[in-house]
Amino acid sequence: MINSLFLINHSGDIFLEKHWKSVISRSVCDYFFEAKEKAVEPENVPPVLQTPHHYLISIYRDKLFFLSVIQTEVPPLFVIEFLHRVAEMFQDYFGECSEMVIKDNVVIVYELLEEMLDNGFPLATESNVLKEMIRPPTILRSVVNTLTGSSNVGETLPTGQLSTIPWRRAGVKYTNNEAYFDVIEEIDAILDKSGTTVFAEIQGVIEACVKLSGMPDLTLSFMNPRLLDDVSFHPCVRFKRWESERVLSFIPPDGNFTLMTYHVSAQNLVAIPVYVKQNISFFESGSCGRLDLTVGPKQTMGKTVEGMMITVHMPKAVLSANLTATQGTYTYDLATKVLVWDIGKLNPQKLPNLRGSLSLQSGAPKPEENPSLNIDLKIQQLAISGLKVNRLDMYGEKYKPFKGVKYVTKAGKFQVIRHDWTVFLACKGKP
Amino acid sequence: MQEWANQLCENRQFGSKMTDSKYFTTTKKGEIFELKAELNSDKKEKKKEAVKKVIASMTVGKDVSALFPDVVNCMQTDNLELKKLVYLYLMNYAKSQPDMAIMAVNTFVKDCEDPNPLIRALAVRTMGCIRVDKITEYLCEPLRKCLKDEDPYVRKTAAVCVAKLHDINAQLVEDQGFLDTLKDLISDSNPMVVANAVAALSEIAESHPNSNLLDLNPQSINKLLTALNECTEWGQIFILDCLANYTPRDDRESQSICERVTPRLSHANSAVVLSAVKVLMKFMEMLPKDLDYYGTLLKKLAPPLVTLLSAEPELQYVALRNINLIVQKRPEILKHEMKVFFVKYNDPIYVKLEKLDIMIRLASQANIAQVLAELKEYATEVDVDFVRKAVRAIGRCAIKVEQSAERCVSTLLDLIQTKVNYVVQEAIVVIKDIFRKYPNKYESVIATLCENLDSLDEPEARAAMIWIVGEYAERIDNADELLESFLEGFHDESTQVQLQLLTAIVKLFLKKPTETQELVQQVLSLATQDSDNPDLRDRGYIYWRLLSTDPVAAKEVVLAEKPLISEETDLIEPTLLEELICHIGTLASVYHKPPSAFVEGSRGVQHKRLPARAGSGESAESPDTVSTGGVSEAPPAVIPSQGDLLGDLLNLDLTPPTTTGPPPPTSSMQMGAMDLLGGGLDSLLGGDIGGSPAMGASFGAPPAVMPGSFNAPVSGGLSDLFDLGGGVGMPMGAYVPPKTVWLPAMKAKGLEISGTFARRSGVVQMEMTLTNKAMSVMGDFAIQFNRNSFGLAPAGPLQVLTPFTPNQSIEVTLPLNTVGPVMKMEPLNNLQVAVKNNIDVFYFSCQYPISMLFVEDGKMERQVFLATWKDIPNDNESQFQIKDCHLNSDAASNKLQGSNIFTIAKRTVDGQDMLYQSMKLTNGIWILAELKVQAGNPNYTISLKCRAPEVAQSVFQSYEAVLKN
Repeated sequence: MINSLFLINHSGDIFLEKHWKSVISRSVCDYFFEAKEKAVEPENVPPVLQTPHHYLISIYRDKLFFLSVIQTEVPPLFVIEFLHRVAEMFQDYFGECSEMVIKDNVVIVYELLEEMLDNGFPLATESNVLKEMIRPPTILRSVVNTLTGSSNVGETLPTGQLSTIPWRRAGVKYTNNEAYFDVIEEIDAILDKSGTTVFAEIQGVIEACVKLSGMPDLTLSFMNPRLLDDVSFHPCVRFKRWESERVLSFIPPDGNFTLMTYHVSAQNLVAIPVYVKQNISFFESGSCGRLDLTVGPKQTMGKTVEGMMITVHMPKAVLSANLTATQGTYTYDLATKVLVWDIGKLNPQKLPNLRGSLSLQSGAPKPEENPSLNIDLKIQQLAISGLKVNRLDMYGEKYKPFKGVKYVTKAGKFQVIRHDWTVFLACKGKP
Repeated sequence: MQEWANQLCENRQFGSKMTDSKYFTTTKKGEIFELKAELNSDKKEKKKEAVKKVIASMTVGKDVSALFPDVVNCMQTDNLELKKLVYLYLMNYAKSQPDMAIMAVNTFVKDCEDPNPLIRALAVRTMGCIRVDKITEYLCEPLRKCLKDEDPYVRKTAAVCVAKLHDINAQLVEDQGFLDTLKDLISDSNPMVVANAVAALSEIAESHPNSNLLDLNPQSINKLLTALNECTEWGQIFILDCLANYTPRDDRESQSICERVTPRLSHANSAVVLSAVKVLMKFMEMLPKDLDYYGTLLKKLAPPLVTLLSAEPELQYVALRNINLIVQKRPEILKHEMKVFFVKYNDPIYVKLEKLDIMIRLASQANIAQVLAELKEYATEVDVDFVRKAVRAIGRCAIKVEQSAERCVSTLLDLIQTKVNYVVQEAIVVIKDIFRKYPNKYESVIATLCENLDSLDEPEARAAMIWIVGEYAERIDNADELLESFLEGFHDESTQVQLQLLTAIVKLFLKKPTETQELVQQVLSLATQDSDNPDLRDRGYIYWRLLSTDPVAAKEVVLAEKPLISEETDLIEPTLLEELICHIGTLASVYHKPPSAFVEGSRGVQHKRLPARAGSGESAESPDTVSTGGVSEAPPAVIPSQGDLLGDLLNLDLTPPTTTGPPPPTSSMQMGAMDLLGGGLDSLLGGDIGGSPAMGASFGAPPAVMPGSFNAPVSGGLSDLFDLGGGVGMPMGAYVPPKTVWLPAMKAKGLEISGTFARRSGVVQMEMTLTNKAMSVMGDFAIQFNRNSFGLAPAGPLQVLTPFTPNQSIEVTLPLNTVGPVMKMEPLNNLQVAVKNNIDVFYFSCQYPISMLFVEDGKMERQVFLATWKDIPNDNESQFQIKDCHLNSDAASNKLQGSNIFTIAKRTVDGQDMLYQSMKLTNGIWILAELKVQAGNPNYTISLKCRAPEVAQSVFQSYEAVLKN
């Protein structure tokens, strides 16, 4: 099982180590540093590394490496999932996951890690359970603690640990009982130059914030559950009911949690909300080029597209851009060769346009690459897949909860133009 | 009091800065002293703050072990946080201060009796983490109680504690009966306890592969399945991994388990999903394919696998490595999901490379257009590794999907036009493969390729280009000029290029003999006289002899039609794939190697196999148990089970061959096979040579035509050639049994070994033909013998020239000595052998002719013979009949002498020749024989006398073998 954990910052310093079995010298990280050196970009460090006596499994989150050392055959996904859980727990406890905040709370971090794993076996990884045992720091509490000498650690056995619903503690009490659900959808899509969809899918997630007293048993039903054929649920969801009736029946954890994630891959169901007309060309001579981008709404279901932003990764030879935007602002970063056009709200009456000239490094050959565009956008009050919540019912408790559902659609990995299909397919006949 | 107030004041002032980072102040002089004072303070709060400071120092690697007694003193407190902090400290430093740690034992024991289950669990948990022998002794009683505690939280903590204790002192755990208690916990009423017990047992079982700790039967499976629904996500992983080791009795049980496991595919934790996929992939194997449920299950597997690809990149990577296996085993699952494997701009490189691999595996006529468009795009990206792989992928598409070949070639030509150096080189390498797959179709592009000749600086690309020029020499007008240009720097080229150049020029010569005579002489002399590389020299000589002996035959050999290259070259060999499918989700699946190949401390990992499909007539049978059936008496039987005998073999240290050192004496055999790198000749040549055990004779014997008769000035070449023959030629007479298959490929993941034993010039040797019938390159060979009757042992490492590529056969001679450990075997001449390679360790047994152990000085003095014959009691005499032998006594005597069976005297009585013979074994045992040969009677009678009568049977067999061959 998981033997040790090292936290390593961006510049390669180990700033925290924790061992659940015998101590493993931090020199084992040298193999990791070697791989990090080789990978150049921290994102590219392979997550599973083999050394003569150990395996190093790492994740890169929030500019930190979480590196675990294992000695025996352990499912690597298990380790990676756990490391992500650790990172999420820091985020949850301290509001962010950074070297500074971890150092600031090193004793709590240590207590948490000790509580999350025992001998390398996961012990308590549910935020609810952990918070019952180790209270998250607040400025107020630390002052109070210092004054009264009371402790951060719960004295009682966390109730969730033993019941068959480990995600919920007993005796939850609220004066305002409320349950909110956010249906968030991200569009991952690749469009070609002509606007044809090469690939599109929706990654959906329902985030819940449930603050209900006692042991409520909830049932959430959808208007069109047939949309969902590829789902994964929080452990609280009763899978049998979903299979037979297509409703989500569950006793919720207390507070924030991810109720389900889903995936809509049938392309006819994925509406593409915007189109981009683009023309980026470079001239053979004169070391310059032209850029002309226009954005317009496509299938927005009558909603407004907000937060439009277009990112273009320019060829290396592009030195500067002299452009005019009819709406929004643009920046061109010389070092990374990234052009960002921040448009904001999309007005269907007056389509935003960005055009102007690009200047190239003198003497550089005409760039071959066709820069690809990344699109960012947001549509409030719409789940682009058309998913709609029908109703939420509560059993087991007497009070009337306040209920709410919110929808939002965002762009995930949304790219335009990788290649020109029509041109390529025409090559078919070429000898 | 004043200080307290000051601190308060400070706290108010810097309210927001009240964080633990204050503990990070650098070590000051006297800091330890200060902490000591604070730890011994009367004030609870001060104590706690001090312990926190100590812990903080500890986490950043400062040595605070000097404070051990003071910290331990804080342990007896009712403040849970303080207690936990002290425990944290204890776990860290107990090892370095074992005597001090004993001080804490009493508190632990007391805490294990605490009314609060949280404290009981904490105490037993912490005690298990203190890796000090003296403490573990005290742990046993509290642990026993906690395993039976009324509170499940304590029981589940105690279960893990058994695994901890086992890690420290395995014997103690067994002696105390904790393993049995742990097994009982599998039937516990609480699912969390069950999950932890399974986890602990699985971990313990890993260090005891044969202990059968997790004895799974339908009842226990049922309990696990029930617990599966109710335990935590981590517990589900443990239980699923445990379930995967079970083999259901029939397809109905298999189906019912699958039905109960499928809901796990919708779990949010990707590790749970992948473990469930493993169970399903394995158990599916047992379901009849025409079952409706089988189809349903296949459909259910795709969406969760696709979902894994929207997770974090690290998870994606592991998922992709596993999908790679799944796609090879059951391509139908993901055949419609090609698009999810398209590379995204911001994927990390390790994800990109894996996606590319899977794209090729899924490529089919239906989706090839999209795939090619993607690949072409990738070929213009920045990352060199990725671009190279993309270009190669285009080539693989062409070979895999015939309809796309034309499009692929034109895409590759487009890429060559980019003139990006590494793209061009990669493209040329793959175009060579396309030429081989579709001969006489795309040669029109050769001109374009030739334009880029000068820019090629990588050996593989140069070799590929040379191959193309040689292969199509008749269509390239200036082929001779092109090849000549390479010849100038011949000695600076890599071996790969040199070999290819040699072959290409010979091809050119055979196609255009008139203009290129000079060129071919030049290259032959460069290869044979000026090179130190034995492979190059050998190949040079072969060509030379071929050309000089019979140019027509040379043409047939060198320009023979090449076998078509296979569609997918990097498929995992089926037996390995099956094993890896059983290891989905593990490290083995990430590395695509069986766990035995790399997991440290896996003492004899058991190989897992997919169960057999219902109705196939065979039950799930371990491949290690060979159903030899009627031929169980045949000598090349693979050793049936890894029983005690093999314990010895397993523990032997298999030394890998040294990479330096002299080439094996039979290197000449390899030249044909070596050329598989894509060369033209030589599958033909290789097949001829590798396959024939009589190779040595056929090479050394006919003194026919020497290179001298070829019109080139050779002097050194001649003697070299004789050396070559001498290396494998055999001194006449000694009996060498023909090679038999010792280890069939199906038992050894594609490695086939056939062989024989021989005694040559007084040296016993094992002569083997190794054939790689797997689809991957083999290497890292080593060999060991089990103890045997005559102490036979390898006298050197097993030298197998690597890379040992698929379909290659090589001859290996392993000299033996007789100084190894001795153990009497049944039959006496039985030898158990372990051969290791990069894939696995394989075991087989074979029998050697005892005659190879007859030493050269086995001729006894006549007087001694008479005395000895009388001296050996008559009980030790055994008599045999040798039937159907038509030699006369002199011929027999001569023949036997070749195998060191010496005739001392001959007597003729009543037309019957009596031959008195002696021989001596390597271990000094003398054997005396009387052979009666009657003219006209093909049946001989032989009497053997020896002080060790058990050898008689084997000696008789040797007589028979020698005389009849």
